[in-house]
Amino acid sequence: MVVFGFRLPMMASLLVWALLWEIIGQLGLTFFVPPLSEVIVTLFGVLPTRAFQTALYDTAYAFLAGVFFAVVIGIPVGILMGKSRLLDELLLPWVNIFLSAPLTALVPVLMVLFGFGTKTIIITTTLFAIWIIILNSRAGVMQINRSLIEMSRSFGASQMDALVKIYFWAALPEILGGVRIGVIRAVKGVIIGQLLISIVGFGALFELYSANFMMSHFWAVLIVLFALAFSISEFLAYLERRVDYYAASR
Amino acid sequence: MVMPQTDAAFRTDAVPAEVAVSARNISKTYGEVEALKNLSLEFPRGQLTSLLGPSGCGKTTLLKIIAGLLEPTSGEIVVNGKPVKGPGPDRAFVFQDFALLPWANVLRNVAFGLELRGVAKSEREDIAEKYIKEVGLAGFEKSFPHELSGGMRQRVGLARALSVDADVLLMDEPFSAVDEQTRRKFQEDLLNLVKHENKTFIFVTHSIEEAVYVSDQIAILLPRPSRVSEIIRPTGLRDKDVDMLRRDPEYLDIVDQIWASLRSYVE
Repeated sequence: MVVFGFRLPMMASLLVWALLWEIIGQLGLTFFVPPLSEVIVTLFGVLPTRAFQTALYDTAYAFLAGVFFAVVIGIPVGILMGKSRLLDELLLPWVNIFLSAPLTALVPVLMVLFGFGTKTIIITTTLFAIWIIILNSRAGVMQINRSLIEMSRSFGASQMDALVKIYFWAALPEILGGVRIGVIRAVKGVIIGQLLISIVGFGALFELYSANFMMSHFWAVLIVLFALAFSISEFLAYLERRVDYYAASR
Repeated sequence: MVMPQTDAAFRTDAVPAEVAVSARNISKTYGEVEALKNLSLEFPRGQLTSLLGPSGCGKTTLLKIIAGLLEPTSGEIVVNGKPVKGPGPDRAFVFQDFALLPWANVLRNVAFGLELRGVAKSEREDIAEKYIKEVGLAGFEKSFPHELSGGMRQRVGLARALSVDADVLLMDEPFSAVDEQTRRKFQEDLLNLVKHENKTFIFVTHSIEEAVYVSDQIAILLPRPSRVSEIIRPTGLRDKDVDMLRRDPEYLDIVDQIWASLRSYVE
């Protein structure tokens, strides 16, 4: 962005907000917002502690496992739904219901079904991420150029060949978009799971810090979480740009 | 020479070449709409037959039925004596919109037909490279489709169809999406191809000039429901100099004659 002839660096708006945060914090208007500088000092104090690293490990494990299942199940299901009218008619209502359902309300049910352990947290994470991945994969397949499919058939492609060599690649721009949004939803899923199911990981830290009004700790962990989610989502956005060149010409 | 035909008459006509593909009593209906009705047509081996007609006359439908991509409602297609049940290695298709994999380079696109047939990587790439050269794209092996012009993309599509070495080449308005100059060059190249490759070409076009220029046999299809209204063999033209062809009186006569029989069907 260019303002008054100056080229602003990327994420310049973050600097503005950081400054505002610092000012409000320094004014001491509310205990809820400690100065940003204090939060950052706390952040570097917290990072090397054992409690933090265990929390990071627990959260990362549940998050990655949840995203893994969402991707590995979601993409094929979405592609098959886009390909088969019958499957689409059967599954689409459910996908739409779960996409907009308040999944948090389902967590107690999951706890009854699957217990109070990491397994349930992973399932919660998967449930947060999977629906948008399915919908996007489906949308990607539905707009594939018909003649690409006819081409593969005319050269004798098997069903499996067509899925792996045509459908997946042709839908890849949409699939990556779905995975990116799914991953962001999975971050919510894993924290909600850790707060509601068993108090572990970052969820436990949030619980601990907010219950004891340790706001600078609370914000420090939130910044770490935001940075992680942001990096993953930017990485996926980068992959999306890599396939941009053919998104327009399928 | 122009020979008005009826469905029954053209079979008894003296066809010197052996028949590679025949369509027998093909009908195709989409719900209420009859796209093709009881259409019979034979395609001589080693020659190029054009399917020519106004839009909506079912010529692409017929081509896709021959390819095995569509099933006829009744009737059958016979290729080299065997009835068609679906797509097969004896036929290769060239698409109007090229149908290239946008995420794959020229080499992989040309080799894709062979890849689907399970040919080993080094072998299929050798074959692909040979045909890339043959269609005049040497040096572009690593380029991607979006980096090529429309004409070059269709050369990739053509090379892909040639590299599977099918007996029958099915071309669905292959030059309609490229510019006029490129199209002329393509038509000349196609004539060479027909002469040197011993393949049967079935070529769908809506351009009368194009059909007369490249064909050994032109089947004129009339719409609603489609049937073959006449078959024209511009045999006299094939021995003439390609550069003079567009000024040749016989060429111009045939173009005029076809236009005369088609004009009443053009809205």
